[in-house]
Amino acid sequence: MLEAPATGTDVGSARRRAGLRAAGGVGPLGLGVATLWLSVIVLLPLAAISVKAFDDGLSGFVDAIDAPSARAALTVTVAVSAIVALVNVVMGTLIAWVLVRDDFPGKRIVNALIDLPFALPTIVASIVLLSLYGPSSPFDIQLNATRPALVIALLFVTLPFVVRAVQPVLLELDREIEEAAASLGASNLQIFRRIVLPTLAPAILSGAGLAFTRAIGEYGSVVLIGGGIPRETEVASQYIQKQIEVDRFVNAAAVSVALLLIAFAVLFVLRIVGHRTARREEQAR
Amino acid sequence: MTPHAPTVDDRDGDLPDPTDAAPAIVAESHEIAVTGLNKHYGDYHALRDVDLTIPGGSLTALLGPSGSGKSTLLRAVAGLEVPDAGTVLIGGQDVTFVPPQRREIGFVFQHYAAFKHLTVRGNVGFGPRIRKRPKAEIDRRVDELLEIVGLAGYQERYPSQLSGGQRQRMALARALAVEPRVLLLDEPFGALDAKVRDDLRQWMRRLQAETGVTTVLVTHDQEEALDVADHVAVLAEGRIEQWGTPREVYDRPANDFVKSFLGPTAVLRGELVRPHDLVLSHEAADGAVPVTVRRVVHLGFEVRVELDDAEAAGDGDLSAQLTRGEAARLDLEPGGRVYVRAT
Amino acid sequence: MRISRPATLTLRTVALVYLGVLVALPIGLILLRTFEDGFGAFWEQVTTPAAISALSLSLVIVAIVVPLNVVFGVATALALVRGRFRGRGVVQAIVDLPFAVSPIVVGASLILLWGAEGWFGFVEDTGFKVIFALPGMVLATIFVTLPFVVREVEPVLHEIGEEQEQAAATLGASRWQTFWRVTLPAIRWGLTYGVVLTVARALGEFGAVIMVSAGVAGESQTLTLLVHSRYIDDHNEFGAYAASTTLMFLAIVTLLLMTVLDRKRHSA
Repeated sequence: MLEAPATGTDVGSARRRAGLRAAGGVGPLGLGVATLWLSVIVLLPLAAISVKAFDDGLSGFVDAIDAPSARAALTVTVAVSAIVALVNVVMGTLIAWVLVRDDFPGKRIVNALIDLPFALPTIVASIVLLSLYGPSSPFDIQLNATRPALVIALLFVTLPFVVRAVQPVLLELDREIEEAAASLGASNLQIFRRIVLPTLAPAILSGAGLAFTRAIGEYGSVVLIGGGIPRETEVASQYIQKQIEVDRFVNAAAVSVALLLIAFAVLFVLRIVGHRTARREEQAR
Repeated sequence: MTPHAPTVDDRDGDLPDPTDAAPAIVAESHEIAVTGLNKHYGDYHALRDVDLTIPGGSLTALLGPSGSGKSTLLRAVAGLEVPDAGTVLIGGQDVTFVPPQRREIGFVFQHYAAFKHLTVRGNVGFGPRIRKRPKAEIDRRVDELLEIVGLAGYQERYPSQLSGGQRQRMALARALAVEPRVLLLDEPFGALDAKVRDDLRQWMRRLQAETGVTTVLVTHDQEEALDVADHVAVLAEGRIEQWGTPREVYDRPANDFVKSFLGPTAVLRGELVRPHDLVLSHEAADGAVPVTVRRVVHLGFEVRVELDDAEAAGDGDLSAQLTRGEAARLDLEPGGRVYVRAT
Repeated sequence: MRISRPATLTLRTVALVYLGVLVALPIGLILLRTFEDGFGAFWEQVTTPAAISALSLSLVIVAIVVPLNVVFGVATALALVRGRFRGRGVVQAIVDLPFAVSPIVVGASLILLWGAEGWFGFVEDTGFKVIFALPGMVLATIFVTLPFVVREVEPVLHEIGEEQEQAAATLGASRWQTFWRVTLPAIRWGLTYGVVLTVARALGEFGAVIMVSAGVAGESQTLTLLVHSRYIDDHNEFGAYAASTTLMFLAIVTLLLMTVLDRKRHSA
């Protein structure tokens, strides 16, 4: 009588064990290892900085962000990043168009050039841009430590996002639809605005969003050419770095959390837009 | 596919006679016994109290529509699925909780599951290599098996350089290389085109007869099941509806589901009958029903006669299957009246 | 859409001028400046003791980060693809998180976790220095490179499915044997691609690493930190160009490898 339930659980656990083995995949061990790894490397540091941001309560967090130089750094960062995203929308789409629809000698080299900013270390990007736009510019262009310099540096590192997002969509675009529109009497501009642009829009938006999130966190490419003049060209990442240097951890943490929140908000919007277009495409099928 | 891949020969006309080489893989015959098998996937009840004994040395087909649980049953025998309840015995040994690695089975997947990074030799020799057999022995065994499945000379090819039929034969050789106690085939010919499927089926039937290894074949194709199997288990909704020889299940179906799944049917006054069991005549006889000929379709040797029964409540198609001779003798015309009865 | 010749030429010119001014011209200028005094001058700059030390530190970090990312990245990808558990979406999001975090925030976070005043400050009390030492630089590099291996291996695992692994099991292979003989060979090109991306990013990371490095020349400087300090501290513009050219060369090698691997991946 007493043994029966014990045997029952034995069989039950044997079934579970056998089930895991048969599934061929990852047991609790694999999942545990993955979770532990992600926690130690990613989650714990971010938790530490988030908690630190609220060390002095919510008002402390607000005060830290509202401090004039912090607010200036965040404003400059967001404003410059928004400009960069907008320029990328126009130029990125244009470059993608030229790379897909145009044909000229050396196109493959130009195409390869697009990826270079991704592969190039950011500090090298800084040096590279300084050589042309800095104090020793051969063309006497002096942009060092100005806001336009920030824009140029960020345009350099974010170049691939929109181009690489739009290119595949443009390649798959059914040209018969454009021809149909033309046969119905639409001008090129009308075709572009009414046919091509709506199809490209999700890709453009996604590329611009990624470029924006990359830009607001950027450090290496702006550190030399930006100059980091407080309330002038100092971006949020430089502000955080300076606050850490002078041991004002709460200030650094608060601005960090603000940056994280902006990035998450943008990515969240992108995800919603992405889901919506994916659903629309499914319905169209 | 690599650009330099040779042209794939999909004729599959190079199947050797398995009787020539079969003694090399004569197996002992192990019975498979399944009792009280149940399996759920969430809310879905894939197997319901399945009891089945598959005689050693036989070739048994598990036949059913998709979702009937036939593949789940096969995978439970293989150990790729663990049942929620019930036991699986192979050769009298309880293997319910034995992992697939130690069940000594051979399993052939519908989509071949070829190891793409290994050559044909690497694929077929995989099992023996896992078992740490000496290299010379592995090579000999691989060559022998490839001879049997008609892939001699293909040792150094990669799966991407083989046709579908050749890949499936390689998969069969791979499964046989470990001298399995039972051979389990999950829709093995499902992904092949009709001609290749037919040849391979006949060839496998002979190979099985020669080697005597207990073989279970999952299929949704009733013709395939009736053609090759000694025994057929018909499944629907996780249950075994009938078990028997192909003749038994075809001639004496246990219920309407089995009858309609195993072959074409017609409805005569609410009764499910086989079209070839319908007899047409110009004279009224006992139990014969007067009908009108709607259409006569000549399909080579067969003639299909579509009939209209004015009395029937439109509960199904009524068409009879005759030979060309019979049809000519009756001289049927659309609109003509005949009497029909089931034999 | 048929575009007139002048319009096509205008678009092409605008694109090429933009790319020229933004990318080609500055890079060409750096190369010119680096080699205008001959290869000898360049070689001298990249073989100074500080430069050699920076290169070896960068390589040490890569040598530690890559194996860790391979082991844990493949394990995570396997758990995500083959595992059946709740909260998979959350794990996916965490894997992507490093892409959305500023390198400086990474560095600051590590200081607040592992630094003397951080949650794990007690580790430092035992004499094992994390921040302003090699372990901190390794942690920062792992953080920023964490997504690469997972993201490259995951789709390949999806594509190959489970049948090959199940076939190996029916043939008697243990789970470990199945991994080494079936799964790993099947994901090898995706994994290699992930490793190339990891190496490139590890060599090039600057912001996260500078935050947690002691920054002592010839000791705790990576190649990117060397570029920075030569320009800022030493006012050695030429030296900074030379070191940049070295990194640029590595970046181009990466790009070439990526192109080759991409082709391999798609033909395999």
